[in-house]
Amino acid sequence: MATSIDTSRRGFLKVSAAAGGGLLLGFELLQDGAEAASAFAPNAFIRIDPKGIVTLIMPQQEMGQGTHTGHSQLLAEELDVAMSQVVLEQAPPNDMLYGGPKAPPERRRQSTGGSSSFRNGFYISLRQAGANARAILVTAAARLWKVDPATLRTSDGVVYHDPSGRQIGYGELSPRAGAITLPTDAPLKADKDFKLIGKPVHRLDVPAKTNGSVTYGIDVMAGKVPVAAVLQAPVVGGKVAAVDDAAARAIPGVKQIVVLDDLVAVVADNTWLAFKGLKALGVTWNDGPNGRLGQADIVRDLREKTSKPGVSAKNEGDIDKAFGSGDRIDVAYEMPFLAHSPMEPLNCTVHVQGKTAEIWVGTQVQTGAQKAAAKVLDVDPKAVTLTNFMLGGGFGRRLDTDMVTNAVRVAQQVSGPVKVMWSREEDTRHDTVRPYYRNVMAATLKDGRIDAWLHRISGGSVPVRMSGKPPKDGLDGSTIDGADEIPYEIPNLRVEYVQCEPGAVNVGWWRGVGPNNSLFAVESLIDELARKAGKDPLEFRLAHLQKSPRAAGVLRLAADKAGWSGPLEGKAGRGIAMINAFGSFCAAVCEAEVNADGDVRVRRMVVAVDAGKVVNPDGITSQVEGGVVFALTSAFWGNITVANGRIQQSNFHDYRMMRIHEAPPVEVHIVPSNEDPGGIGEPGVTVSTPALVNAIAAATGIRLRTMPIDREILAGRKDNA
Amino acid sequence: MKGTLQVNGVAHDVEAPDDMPLLWVLRDMLGMTGTKYGCGIAQCGACTVHLDGKPVRSCLLPVSAVGDKPVVTIEGVGTTPAGAKAQKAWIELDVPQCGYCQSGQIMSASALLANTPAPTDADIDAAMAGNICRCGTYLRIRAAIKRAAGTQA
Repeated sequence: MATSIDTSRRGFLKVSAAAGGGLLLGFELLQDGAEAASAFAPNAFIRIDPKGIVTLIMPQQEMGQGTHTGHSQLLAEELDVAMSQVVLEQAPPNDMLYGGPKAPPERRRQSTGGSSSFRNGFYISLRQAGANARAILVTAAARLWKVDPATLRTSDGVVYHDPSGRQIGYGELSPRAGAITLPTDAPLKADKDFKLIGKPVHRLDVPAKTNGSVTYGIDVMAGKVPVAAVLQAPVVGGKVAAVDDAAARAIPGVKQIVVLDDLVAVVADNTWLAFKGLKALGVTWNDGPNGRLGQADIVRDLREKTSKPGVSAKNEGDIDKAFGSGDRIDVAYEMPFLAHSPMEPLNCTVHVQGKTAEIWVGTQVQTGAQKAAAKVLDVDPKAVTLTNFMLGGGFGRRLDTDMVTNAVRVAQQVSGPVKVMWSREEDTRHDTVRPYYRNVMAATLKDGRIDAWLHRISGGSVPVRMSGKPPKDGLDGSTIDGADEIPYEIPNLRVEYVQCEPGAVNVGWWRGVGPNNSLFAVESLIDELARKAGKDPLEFRLAHLQKSPRAAGVLRLAADKAGWSGPLEGKAGRGIAMINAFGSFCAAVCEAEVNADGDVRVRRMVVAVDAGKVVNPDGITSQVEGGVVFALTSAFWGNITVANGRIQQSNFHDYRMMRIHEAPPVEVHIVPSNEDPGGIGEPGVTVSTPALVNAIAAATGIRLRTMPIDREILAGRKDNA
Repeated sequence: MKGTLQVNGVAHDVEAPDDMPLLWVLRDMLGMTGTKYGCGIAQCGACTVHLDGKPVRSCLLPVSAVGDKPVVTIEGVGTTPAGAKAQKAWIELDVPQCGYCQSGQIMSASALLANTPAPTDADIDAAMAGNICRCGTYLRIRAAIKRAAGTQA
């Protein structure tokens, strides 16, 4: 393929595709008059031009999770075109057209997160869009040939009239199709007739990701626009006190120094010079009151606040009475702050012209990013044009729009377009981190079963941080998410939320969100209770899941495939965990060994998934494989800490990622299911950490209740407090 | 420096500060954006290119140190036998997720395959441990290398 880029609006992204499907185009082509006028565009998701090129418009963002391919399968299945015939285009910002259709129109948000792309209504609505378009094309052919539409069939973008042997391509029909009134309820295919849904279709975005041709936000107009390297106040609420820019200005190629109240930026001819200029800048900060905040302050506050009852999120049976008897266990689990660390550091290219702006970025929230830019400029969002690109990792970081806000603020000071770049260090130090969580839990056993269960959760609330408003009725549902829907049958159960904001640390959505914490605590405590009751952890779970066949199903499948009861060599153990979150059920068996130095090696992870109806089984496998690595990275090394109001980690040398030699084999087994499609981007992350920690407990007898894993404890050199 | 860079068999006239890393010359001067910035300190491998056939981290390699040695990037590696095999295997196994690290992964893998046609797991670990994949595609990277080598289906 050939790509040429210039900065004019209409011609911004012209891409000529070689043969083969799946090329992602910018939405600007949609506005190309000549093409749009002659194309058949029955709805917001499909466009067929007279040459037969089928363009599918993608409402959600692709960040590696495979949504573009899955959504294309839904459209192509019902439209009856082959995956090799389609070209993809990223939808422009538009909540009404491209927000999840399960929500009422006024509440739709074009947001890609929470493993929602197949459970937010698109599973049916995209199929319906494809079926409706196909019905029009069939009608057009029937009128052309003056035959009964019932005598026609379609396949791979062609309408056939078998009795007469006639056939006509969708492209040829497209000029005739536009005049036909749309059906809104064309029948959908029966599942047994699927050619694409449920099949392991190859990802459409992969070829361009193997030859350097894919365009991420960071690649936009590389070398054609100046770059602004940004440095934001290291402490939340901090301000610039003084700037010595003499050394930076002396660097040839440095064009401009931008100083705003809480950030500085060096604008230069290229990224390297901008980074170099930024390093040469002498900035003195006024940290403000948050400059004294330390990690211990945050944790102490959390422990104090969770020592008292919180707001009740769920209350079943009579927990106070139940705690009056039985064999009681009291524990607390803590999870650390975590950075997202997408491989593509944050960036955003902006051209501000008076009261309008153009934005080129990779975001999980197209309309949110548009609104963030409009807010800075104090204009209607319509005055902001936004083109979204492939994301070099999202994991929730790009659900935030701070990178857009600050880029627009910098761009307001710059004449012409400018690419605002965050270094890796800036990306880490200004991550909107996964909240530090504390779970205070208590439970009783009676006759070998759980009789009472208290789960009190606290951690910075992402909605509170984002909105600046307290949670509705004092209860943040995202923090307790998962804990309130555990399928275990427990007669007396209470889930409580305690609000405790870390103040000077910005918290954000992180892959696996609330359930990563809440279900780590649940699956750890269940395991502790099983051991206390002297029961096998699998059997103990199953005994509490008599009314939850899907939960029991994934547990049995994972255990069976992992050889749960089989012998183990060396100081090793198997741990099991099960989660119900994001509309899916997922169980994992982890086999881990621990040596005398406390080093843990995961021998294998066996995962069973019931994600309802499957669109792309290989997509599920791939998301779970990656999710396991994502979770193990955090379990082994993930720990963002704060000192003097500053995040202390900066780059991959002090914020470790799992590497290939450390990554265990992962086996993924999918349960055939007719349930509604669930999410899969996150369950593999959520289930893996408790499975690992339970395996460590099985191998060593040591119960780790604070993440990340502390090898000193496992080596016996430190108390397990 | 003012001189000529040999990139993917093409000579490019370049005028850049001596200490400017090859990564940024490729991206911001030559417009070849397939080579990625990930960390800037040779920790992640997203910027891996071949210099005289050897994998190097271009984010720390000053352009003045390149001299007349040939540079191969992800845009050109498909013309080498090992690079073509790696790319084919990567596509067949749907290795990439977000894809941002995969240029570097393929560059490291193709250098490995060129020198070690049938790499063992230990060879793969040694050659690929410098390349981080945040999406966690390591299983498929390993499988794709073996597939490209013809040692695994």
